[in-house]
Amino acid sequence: MTATPILQVDDLAIAYRTGDREQRVVHGVSFSVAPGEVVALVGESGSGKTTTAQATLGLLAGNGRVESGTIRLNGTDITRWSQKRLDSIRGAVVSLIPQDPGSSLNPVRTIGSQLAEVLQIHKRGDRKAIHARVIELLERVGLTPAEMRARQYPHELSGGMKQRVLIAIAVALKPALIVADEPTSALDVTVQRRILDLIDELRRESGTAVLLVTHDLGVAADRADRLVVLQNGRIQEQGPVKDMLAAPRSAYTRRLLADAPSLGKPRPARPGIDSQDFAIEVTGLTHDFPVTGGEAKTFRAIDDLSFKVRRGTTHAIVGESGSGKTTAIRSVVGFIKPTAGRILVDGVDLTTLKGEKLRQFRKHIQLVYQNPFGSLDPRQTIARIVEEPLLNFEPIPAADRARKVRDMLARVGLSEGFLERHPRALSGGQRQRVAIARALVLDPRVLVLDEAVSALDVTVQAQILSLLDELQKTLGLTYLFVSHDLAVVRQISDTVSVMHRGRQVDGGPIEAVFGRPDSAYTRELIDAIPGRSLPTPGGPALAVPSENPPRLSP
Amino acid sequence: MVRYLLGRVGQALAVLALTFTAAFLLLQVLPGDAIMIKFMSPDMGLTADQIAEIRASYGADRPLWERYFTTVGNFLTGNFGISIQAGVPVSQQLATNLPPTLLLASLAFAAALILTILLASLSNMVGMEWLRAGLQSLPSLFISVPVFWLGIMLIQIFSFQLGLVSVISPGPVEKLVLPVLTLAIPISAPLAQILMRNIDQVLAQPFVAVARAKGASRNWVLWRHVARNAIMPTLTIAGVLFGELLAGAVVTEAVFGLSGLGGLTYQAVGNHDTAVLQAIVVISALAFVTINLIVDLLYPVLDPRLGSRSGAPA
Amino acid sequence: MTAETAGAASADIQPGWVTRLKRVPVTLLLAWAVVLLVLAWAALPSLFTGYSGTEGVPGEQLRPPSAEHVLGTDGLGRDVYARIVYGARHSLSGAFVAVTVGLLLGTLLGLIAGARGGWIDAAIMRLVDSMLAVPSLLMSLSIIVLLGFGTINVAIAVGAVSVARFARLARSEVVRVRRSEYVEAAFGSGGTFWAVLYRHVLPNSLTSVIALAALQFGSAILAISTLGFLGYGAPPPTPEWGLLIAEGRNYLSRAWWLTAAPGIVVVLVVLSADRISKALGRTAP
Repeated sequence: MTATPILQVDDLAIAYRTGDREQRVVHGVSFSVAPGEVVALVGESGSGKTTTAQATLGLLAGNGRVESGTIRLNGTDITRWSQKRLDSIRGAVVSLIPQDPGSSLNPVRTIGSQLAEVLQIHKRGDRKAIHARVIELLERVGLTPAEMRARQYPHELSGGMKQRVLIAIAVALKPALIVADEPTSALDVTVQRRILDLIDELRRESGTAVLLVTHDLGVAADRADRLVVLQNGRIQEQGPVKDMLAAPRSAYTRRLLADAPSLGKPRPARPGIDSQDFAIEVTGLTHDFPVTGGEAKTFRAIDDLSFKVRRGTTHAIVGESGSGKTTAIRSVVGFIKPTAGRILVDGVDLTTLKGEKLRQFRKHIQLVYQNPFGSLDPRQTIARIVEEPLLNFEPIPAADRARKVRDMLARVGLSEGFLERHPRALSGGQRQRVAIARALVLDPRVLVLDEAVSALDVTVQAQILSLLDELQKTLGLTYLFVSHDLAVVRQISDTVSVMHRGRQVDGGPIEAVFGRPDSAYTRELIDAIPGRSLPTPGGPALAVPSENPPRLSP
Repeated sequence: MVRYLLGRVGQALAVLALTFTAAFLLLQVLPGDAIMIKFMSPDMGLTADQIAEIRASYGADRPLWERYFTTVGNFLTGNFGISIQAGVPVSQQLATNLPPTLLLASLAFAAALILTILLASLSNMVGMEWLRAGLQSLPSLFISVPVFWLGIMLIQIFSFQLGLVSVISPGPVEKLVLPVLTLAIPISAPLAQILMRNIDQVLAQPFVAVARAKGASRNWVLWRHVARNAIMPTLTIAGVLFGELLAGAVVTEAVFGLSGLGGLTYQAVGNHDTAVLQAIVVISALAFVTINLIVDLLYPVLDPRLGSRSGAPA
Repeated sequence: MTAETAGAASADIQPGWVTRLKRVPVTLLLAWAVVLLVLAWAALPSLFTGYSGTEGVPGEQLRPPSAEHVLGTDGLGRDVYARIVYGARHSLSGAFVAVTVGLLLGTLLGLIAGARGGWIDAAIMRLVDSMLAVPSLLMSLSIIVLLGFGTINVAIAVGAVSVARFARLARSEVVRVRRSEYVEAAFGSGGTFWAVLYRHVLPNSLTSVIALAALQFGSAILAISTLGFLGYGAPPPTPEWGLLIAEGRNYLSRAWWLTAAPGIVVVLVVLSADRISKALGRTAP
């Protein structure tokens, strides 16, 4: 049975014009989506996946244009259609679920009015009929009480709830194809699972096809029927999901699979893990923030957190947004003073240090930030950035400083050619290497990494993680690693603390927490990891602790 | 919410008080003041003693701090002092000179608004790139034009070359056409610049792409989504714009020989008539502060994000 | 270990200056050309015109533009182009003084407010607000009443008025940079307050301030010519541009070039300053 594909893309080439230069970002891409099918466009940044998806909606950015090739929707060639004609099919035949729910809704209009809008544009009934349909849709996506929600404004809803509204808008007119552009990458992992489940339910009900754009191979493996792997605007490989995962043909796909944390293997056990030399000891850490307005006087961001980290090992703190993990490590590094508790680093209680003593202590513990773009001064050269910490303490002759900087750069895998460059000339992965070099130049014994790899592509992430692993072995470093990504954590840490709303709900050696989680929340986190349930070439992936984990509120 | 309001009002009062004090100090420490200029001129033929007497009657010799508080009290009761040169209360002079300037300013502001909205909507609705680029660069051109020169050029073109507006005894409407245009153009320039920049910023927001993905046409998006979001931040320059309007009116009146606040200011500067200057400065500051306060109070009404903390996300 | 070779990310070899020049937008080049020309007029006026800026030739009054007098002559027989060239010195020097006053005072105030925060910040900002509450022209007039007429006084008055704008921008830039991650990282690496201020806060905050200085240069020229037109600047026969327009006004019906020419020059200079400012950076907080 060969039904007309909902979407047929043939030899598509797209270019962007910047100034007077044209740069091609999509080269001869061909794929199709059958009715009711879910096809995932997978790739890292610069792969052209978002551009391709935008083109199928006719919504390329202002300076982009389709150079050649065709896009057929239900057999009709829409590649050269005017915007006016495309207006008539957008929303009705093909619709969009956008990436960032936070800024995808007009902040000054109510949820209800924005949902009604898609019905008004396509003239589906009078005011009463439209209002009834709006209520129906809100209830269908789980936003109840619907009448109240319809009158609310976007800022009154959480990220997950906003995404539900956007999904409701996308399915309102029962389109034949939904283009989901990274619909969950801005959401917490537990919310992500619920949203993807919702999309699955809705599309099965109406037989809608989905073009899912994602950088997360795990998500694609879980939700899609077929995969299209893109790199630098070219298709590397495409085919049914199971086939591709079991026997990937292209080297790039193999690399993606190998580097994907959720589909990878756990870290081998570290020898000598029984020593009693603790590099970090946190006891009873509590942090209250003053709150203006409302009934409560303070907000308890961390409640009685305690953990110990043996020297030479990696301890991870895992949690979603609002868990308090960021506040916790900022206390450990000494940027904020906790309300109560003790923090011992290398035997010294950080909470008793102030002023100059605290500044001197910074030699012992350093922080690597999440954002590779914000943590480096754009006006400094790499050499200067890495050298600067050395200028803050006892004077060191310039020649020695220069030597130390070169050594550090070599350790993180950057050649001398990088010394005189500026951060803007470096890629995200390279900047993180510089940030690590800067953190290590003072020879600290403890390194705190605040989501240090979350903003990187998965292949780059794998490289940086392996670099960190090697540095730990060679320099005997102790790591405190904060992440929201349990899969990454499993690959690199020895012990873990799971935080939820300021409290530690689970803790201990990594395999213990994964294999026999104490709390329902940890179970839910593990279950929400995309792609973990599929078989991989190297053997079974993460264990499945329980069949039906209890559901918490949206 | 109430705290926010009180805070803003408090700030406004502080600014007003500072401005008043600064103006007072600045204008009162003049080496040669208005009294000297008027009464020391030979036409008056006064002796030194008589001048000293006049000074005492004006209270010009009392200590500074005493004069300060007297002036504060006077201002609060609407007494702005006496114009030394003209010999009449300043409030009277303001009463005669304020209305024509207000008329000019209001008409110019309305014209500027129309011009701005026309420019902003046209530049976003036309298809051709070159036309749009041209329209978008007009405001930067207008901003670089001196108000007085524009007025003179308009007179040159429309009165002398084209003969459309007569210079000799024009009617009341005809008399205002060119001045209004002169004032409107430099006012519309910063307004249009900011509005168009805000429109561009809003157009780049993801929710605009989502609206387009619903099937909305560009015009639908422009009027139903962009307009309100772009106009809100533009309101923040309302106060500054008013100030420029007033300053522009001063110059425009000088160019076109109209009576009004401009002429009054001009004379006051020439005669070192501090009372008049002080009154004008304080009143314009008062207007500025009031307009900003109104905008601040209006903002939460327009932007639901700033309202009371209601609707806890479940 | 994965090593990154030097040539990978971006070109090591800097493109030649001719290539760099080709990438500069035409409007920016024109803007610089105008500004440099006018600066040359101010520095070496006799290089550009043989005529005098203040002495007229009797019998040559009110001649329209011709080959001999490119922009015509005025009521006293003075070559208009020459007057404009000689006037450049007055208008530009005034603008420089104005911008310098505003830049130094305003940036200092803004830096202190942004770096210290707290009540100092609030106090300085209220002061700045009160300066902004009065229209710039009125404020300049008040200061001129205090100081007296003349080019330098006009320049100081215009400069004083711009202090508020510089202070506002400097403060918001300092606050923005203070909150950035690289500043926190600098403190985290053991940096002292002054070291971080000098190494990170100042260089990053000042780019916008420089751009504002270019913008204010244009505004200063507008303000100075306005005050000159109203008669508060240098007295005749100084060929200050605003004064030129004021004098030309008396001959409006007969000699349009007397007012058109200086005005167009002013517009071109201000436009150029604006264009250069845009290329230097963002000036809005």
